[in-house]
Amino acid sequence: MSDTKTKTITLTIDGQRISVPEGTTVMDAAERIGVQIPRLCYHPDLSLAGSCRVCIVEVKDMNQYMASCSVPVWEDMEVQTNSPQIRQARRDIVELLLDNHPMDCQTCERDGHCELQNLAYWMGVRERLFEGERKQFEFEASSRSVIRDSNKCVLCGRCVRVCAEVQGVFNLSQQGRGFTTVVTPAHGRKMDNSVCIQCGQCINVCPTAAFLEQDSTEKVWAALADPELHVVVQTAPAIRATIGEGFLMPPGTPETGKLVTALRRLGFDGVFNTNFGADLTIVEEAHELLGRVQAGGPLPILTSCSPGWINFMEKFYPSLIPNASSCRSPMSMLSVLLKTYYAQKAGIDPRKIFVVSVMPCVAKKFEAGRPEHASDDGVPYTDAVLTTRELIWMIKAYGIDFASLPDDTYDSPLGLSTGAGDIFGTTGGVMEATLRTATEWVTGQRVDRIEFTEVRAVEGLRETQIKLGDKTLNIAVANGLENAKTVLDQIVAGTKQFHAVEIMACPGGCIGGGGQPYPPPNMKVLDPELLALRAKALYAIDRGNQIRRSHENPSVQALYRDFLGEPGSEKAHELLHTTYRPRKPRGIR
Amino acid sequence: MASGVMDNYQTLFDRAEQALAERHYADKIRIQVGSATCEDAAGARDVYDEFRKHIEASGRTDIALRSTGCTGRCSREPIVGVLLPGQPAIKYEQVDRDKVHRIFTEHVQAGTPVYEHILDNKAETLQRHDFLFCAGLRCGPKRGLDYRKLFEDKLRAAGVSERHARVLPANCFGLCGLGEVGKGAHILVRPGRLIYRVRTEDDLDRIIAEHVEQGRIVHDLLVTDSTISQRFFEIYGDIGFFHRQTRIALRNSGIIDPESLDEYLHYEGFRPLAEVLDRGDAQWIIDQVTASNLRGRGGGGYPTGLKWANAASQTDPVKYIICNADEGDPGAFMDRSMLEGDPFSILEGMIIGAFAIGATQGFLYIRAEYPLAIRRIEQAIEQARAANLLGESILGSGFSFDLEVRLGAGAFVCGEETALIHSIEGERGQPRIRPPYPSVSGLWGKPTVINNVETWANIPVVLGYGPDWFRQIGTAKSGGTKVFALAGKVEHTGLVEVPMGATLREVVFDIGGGVPGGKQLKAVQTGGPAGGVIPADMIDLEVDFDTLAQVGSIMGSGGMIVMDEDDCMVDIAKFYLTFSQDESCGKCTPCREGTTRMLEIFDRITTGRGVPADIDKLERLASLIRKSSLCGLGRAAPNPILSTLRHFRQEYEAHVVDKSCPARKCTALIRYEISPEKCVGCSACARNCPVTCIDGKPRQTYVIDQSRCIKCGRCFEVCRFDAVNRL
Repeated sequence: MSDTKTKTITLTIDGQRISVPEGTTVMDAAERIGVQIPRLCYHPDLSLAGSCRVCIVEVKDMNQYMASCSVPVWEDMEVQTNSPQIRQARRDIVELLLDNHPMDCQTCERDGHCELQNLAYWMGVRERLFEGERKQFEFEASSRSVIRDSNKCVLCGRCVRVCAEVQGVFNLSQQGRGFTTVVTPAHGRKMDNSVCIQCGQCINVCPTAAFLEQDSTEKVWAALADPELHVVVQTAPAIRATIGEGFLMPPGTPETGKLVTALRRLGFDGVFNTNFGADLTIVEEAHELLGRVQAGGPLPILTSCSPGWINFMEKFYPSLIPNASSCRSPMSMLSVLLKTYYAQKAGIDPRKIFVVSVMPCVAKKFEAGRPEHASDDGVPYTDAVLTTRELIWMIKAYGIDFASLPDDTYDSPLGLSTGAGDIFGTTGGVMEATLRTATEWVTGQRVDRIEFTEVRAVEGLRETQIKLGDKTLNIAVANGLENAKTVLDQIVAGTKQFHAVEIMACPGGCIGGGGQPYPPPNMKVLDPELLALRAKALYAIDRGNQIRRSHENPSVQALYRDFLGEPGSEKAHELLHTTYRPRKPRGIR
Repeated sequence: MASGVMDNYQTLFDRAEQALAERHYADKIRIQVGSATCEDAAGARDVYDEFRKHIEASGRTDIALRSTGCTGRCSREPIVGVLLPGQPAIKYEQVDRDKVHRIFTEHVQAGTPVYEHILDNKAETLQRHDFLFCAGLRCGPKRGLDYRKLFEDKLRAAGVSERHARVLPANCFGLCGLGEVGKGAHILVRPGRLIYRVRTEDDLDRIIAEHVEQGRIVHDLLVTDSTISQRFFEIYGDIGFFHRQTRIALRNSGIIDPESLDEYLHYEGFRPLAEVLDRGDAQWIIDQVTASNLRGRGGGGYPTGLKWANAASQTDPVKYIICNADEGDPGAFMDRSMLEGDPFSILEGMIIGAFAIGATQGFLYIRAEYPLAIRRIEQAIEQARAANLLGESILGSGFSFDLEVRLGAGAFVCGEETALIHSIEGERGQPRIRPPYPSVSGLWGKPTVINNVETWANIPVVLGYGPDWFRQIGTAKSGGTKVFALAGKVEHTGLVEVPMGATLREVVFDIGGGVPGGKQLKAVQTGGPAGGVIPADMIDLEVDFDTLAQVGSIMGSGGMIVMDEDDCMVDIAKFYLTFSQDESCGKCTPCREGTTRMLEIFDRITTGRGVPADIDKLERLASLIRKSSLCGLGRAAPNPILSTLRHFRQEYEAHVVDKSCPARKCTALIRYEISPEKCVGCSACARNCPVTCIDGKPRQTYVIDQSRCIKCGRCFEVCRFDAVNRL
């Protein structure tokens, strides 16, 4: 323990002497002197694969080129990142990837956001030397959320690693060998018959378009064009924090007003706010929590907003189903109200209402199709779910100059939200919002404290204790399911006693969702800095809100007064709550 | 405690000796039948059964029937040895039921060998003296007096004809102690299986005067210490294929019953283990292995001692030992032969290695396609456990270690150590980036030593005979021997074990008997699909890890394929590339994509669609794959291409520029024509053509319809008038 001081290593990169701490990789060392070595399979938050070989460099006295992502520096190492030989080798490697790629960039959804495209440009692959046979796999669109085109896969393995290391799902792996290697769920099963929880992180980390969300834009265009339909839209809390990125605005710019205007221009008849649903969720869930604390269980209560997490629970932790909050997600609550409360108030036949939701999430596409979220005649409450990416594309396709749009506000009454609803889109948001309401309900008096920064689990997993009057609540907040597993295993084993646990499937919460915009060129998916900027936007909206406690939302209060009765009432249960069931794909006991 | 280990060993040994004595080691007639996958496939089990029935029917109790592993004499199997007390061992080749009857009635019962079935037709050797002179590489003729030449001259001067006494070169017997190297020679004399040690010319004269002329043994020149390769020479030393070999790793293959721990113990088995446990000094073992210059036999040639030292220096309390028995090179079977023929030696090596690095658990990763090897190893493990050679406190030493067998599912890449580790862990068998090396972080993240079967089999010898002895057999940088699987266009195919540094000529011509059919040697391919091609003019290359690398090939695990003038080097390169491309794991881009593109280019070249730029593209891709692939297999995959391009570029050019295959091998580039001058109209070609594309009438000239010809060459083979030309 005495020699905690790290040794310093001095080496030469492209003729420049540089000293770095022992254990630094060549890639990181090069970055310190402004040399960005091209890369593909490398991702700072995932384990090292060293498989694409794009980041190779020449090291003096070594017989082989070395993958700079994985080679630690050594004393007096001499590295060449740009010798003619290494440039040619790197170019050839990228060409080899292109040679086995469909090259349909113009019709590809990732055109312009594609890492392979960028690499090919930077490496100067202007002619093709080695063209030949290409792999021919079937397009796989069985899942309601995540579709696969293995012909576009470059086998970087980032999806495999994110699925295993960040989400702990282990659905994807490489199968077959050599030229016919393919990424697939176990035994080559289709995605809808696999353990996929549909979080969509594979889409986010994919450098090409080998993974995409199931398209819903066609359905929405058709609905918008149908004069018979009353098409309404709701936008999730996290959308306003990220939509600007799609129009080259710096990350962290909240764009609620422009978002609403853009949706109206697209032709939506009503623009509503999922944050209202969030407020409603808090009122119901806080009620549920307090009821369980009084009744002595089942505890802990597990939040139910994240559909990826709900899928995960049903597949991997079915024993915890009784613990999950029975509240529908904010999206589904709002959709139900749009086809009941709103339909009634506006005097529109619910069958003529087409509900679109814009979500940072691809698992919401699956959630919307669950029979639990359909009316008795089988019509889903949510008719179509668009991801942030899909909406950005629709706005662009419609020729709307987003940056120059004026601000507008959501329609009422389902448009008004509090700051508590606003922060749902980031980790700890649901817990913090719950606490803002629960503290007042438990103590029965005004509590000045609004912000509970201790539950913002930016590092992925947090445990804390909150005093509620004479009671102390044990709280855990997790994002990224590998983190969640830690808590869940403790709950199943009975080694820790929690009262409430918030779980978001995606890293950072919804701001890091599987449907969010591909990050700007200088940033990576899962980049903590990017997530922090997006979260900052949500907290700014929260601070700017006059009302910051869900139960103080006047529209929510009016809804209970006019329509639902009390929180937890029979009608509230019928409309706002749901059920879960174990889903065991083959192979899971 | 320490002395207890030796006592326990001695008890084991004594019990084994007693059991053997009771069974057949006394004065019985011994019949041994080869038993290995290859032998069984050739019919050895039937032969064994037939002998058993004959023995039962004869009612004799003085005949012992035994199984042994294979000796690596593939094309002559099943091989049966008959040892009558006091007489030289006789080996029979390609024995079947009928031959069993003759061998039993004529030889075993009546005492007259069945000469026409003796292995390699060496019947004449029985009627004369054979003097086998050791001819180690760095001693003997190179260092001092050429005793062999001298002895031969003296014999002839004394009027002894070659019919009565023949002088033969053998390889190193491993008999020289330190300090004796170069100061004398050893002579194995048959019949009688005596070994003389000579130091002066006088000694030679005495042997001629007393032994040759009067038939008296020169007792004071006799070597009485028994060494490991001697036991092999006693049984097999009279056969050209074997007497030039130095059997260390294969010391027991073909000698002992691989399913009998007693027999392994009889041949000094587990004594080195007992001694190191008794000594109790792990560092001493590592020092011995390091000093022996033993290098990993799996192909990489990494110094074994260094690997062990690295693992031993890790502080993690959990460490593992792995035996890599995922032999996957096409045509390679040395690991299988050792696993099937001498499983205990591998176990012993592993236990010693485990003690040296401090491992308590070991794994044998054996490919599932070796069911007999798996069975033998599992039996060996069970017997070793029962004898307390595995398990808790081995031989009472306090050191505990156990072994488990894991099966490989058939992927070539799982022979790569990190892929092998993944496979044992239950992960997809793919290599990972190194460092960290397995000796630092291997199986389940623990320090792990992985060595190949042959390396492990050498360990007991290194410790039993000492590093100096081991080092001196071999080259300056690489001690000991190497087992090769000799195949291709060579007279005698099979397993060949020679000292490191033996020349290709020795292996191909002296042991292998040269190229059959009077054809010209063209090249020798070593190292399997990851190796390279060595042209015939480098036949005097002294083979070890470094020299092979210098000429663009590798040692690999020891495949050696001989090629003659009929082999097309482009086709050969394509053959190996097809294998590598098919077995690429798919993880890294250069190997996965690049091998496919190279294969496409080969397809073009060998079918006449190649253009000159294709050769440059091949070279460019091959260099890329070699320099930038993730694992050793990928980096070595282009070796067959690069080495053929280096040594036989003109053949590539002929394919591309002249659209012709100089060896007449690539079917798309050749055609068959019937010469009207020579054709007598016998119709043999037309009758044998599988696609009936040859037209003509009897006694008139036949003509091949080129548009329908599939170039199978059948007409060329059947024409007795040389009228069919291959162009």
